[in-house]
Amino acid sequence: MATAQEIAAQEFSAVVAKHRQQIFRFLLSSTRDVDLAEMLTQDCFLKAHRNWSSFRGESSAMTWLMRIAINLQKDHWRNRRMQFWRKTQTHSVDLSEASEWLPSGERSVEQQLLARERVGQVGKAVEGLSERQRTVFLLRYVEEMELSEIARATGLNEGTVKAHLSRAVARVRAELGGRR
Amino acid sequence: MSFKDKIAERARRRTLAAGDGLNPELNAEQDPELDEALRNFRSSVQAWSEAAYVRPRAAVERGQRRIWRLAVGWALGCVLVAGGASTGVWEHHQREMRSAAARVAEQERLAAQQRRNQQVRQEDEDLLAKVDSDVSREVPRAMEPLAQLMAEDETR
Repeated sequence: MATAQEIAAQEFSAVVAKHRQQIFRFLLSSTRDVDLAEMLTQDCFLKAHRNWSSFRGESSAMTWLMRIAINLQKDHWRNRRMQFWRKTQTHSVDLSEASEWLPSGERSVEQQLLARERVGQVGKAVEGLSERQRTVFLLRYVEEMELSEIARATGLNEGTVKAHLSRAVARVRAELGGRR
Repeated sequence: MSFKDKIAERARRRTLAAGDGLNPELNAEQDPELDEALRNFRSSVQAWSEAAYVRPRAAVERGQRRIWRLAVGWALGCVLVAGGASTGVWEHHQREMRSAAARVAEQERLAAQQRRNQQVRQEDEDLLAKVDSDVSREVPRAMEPLAQLMAEDETR
């Protein structure tokens, strides 16, 4: 018969298997650095593992993990600002380069080029957003989280999330509009 | 609708038109072009993330980075220490050179002064000797016949 500890370990393994890729994706799109995203993902699950017993399931495991990831990312940038050496080691790429990964689908070459250009513009606009706006935007439009989940993950109230999202969308729209 | 309500409604419409309304989802959905761009952006990020996620990579790379970081740190440290030491040595050498040059200059100055003093002394001695000889040749006029006799005796 499995002990409570073994059950908890199995549960946690299932959570890791289910959410690891999504957490990595969010951190990758936020930091634009593959190595850093990988490192922060590992830290996120390490932290989650240490605190797994205190997770009461008030929010979904995904929201809880996302909250840890957001905090780790914030800590990283806060430390980074003070550390010159870390700054020189950045491997981040432009988010507009994500357009290179756009699946071709069933588009014509022209449509594909246009779609890539648009994705590049969105990426450029997202890079220009404030940290909070970018986080909220990515959670909504890349991770497809509900506003209430975003509010819980970021620790903001729903109204503030909406305001940040509105500004972010306005910025993206302006970027797209300016190139039409 | 009151005047105030009309103004509020107009302001709300203006903010919605600028994409700054309270319902961002509606904003994105109302604009098919924006909606499509956002969907394509999501697909791109997902594809990029998937490719990065399955890429073989891990602790080795981080270890290598750490080794590189250590190596660079050590190299930089060595350069700094060597630079600091060589600067100290160079400054010390310069100071030594300056003090040696000052010592030589002082010695030369003293030697020159000594030579000058010796010359002055020599000149004084010569003058005194000349004065002595001049004085010794002087014979009172009344003694001149006697002096001539003495001179004759000596020649004999």
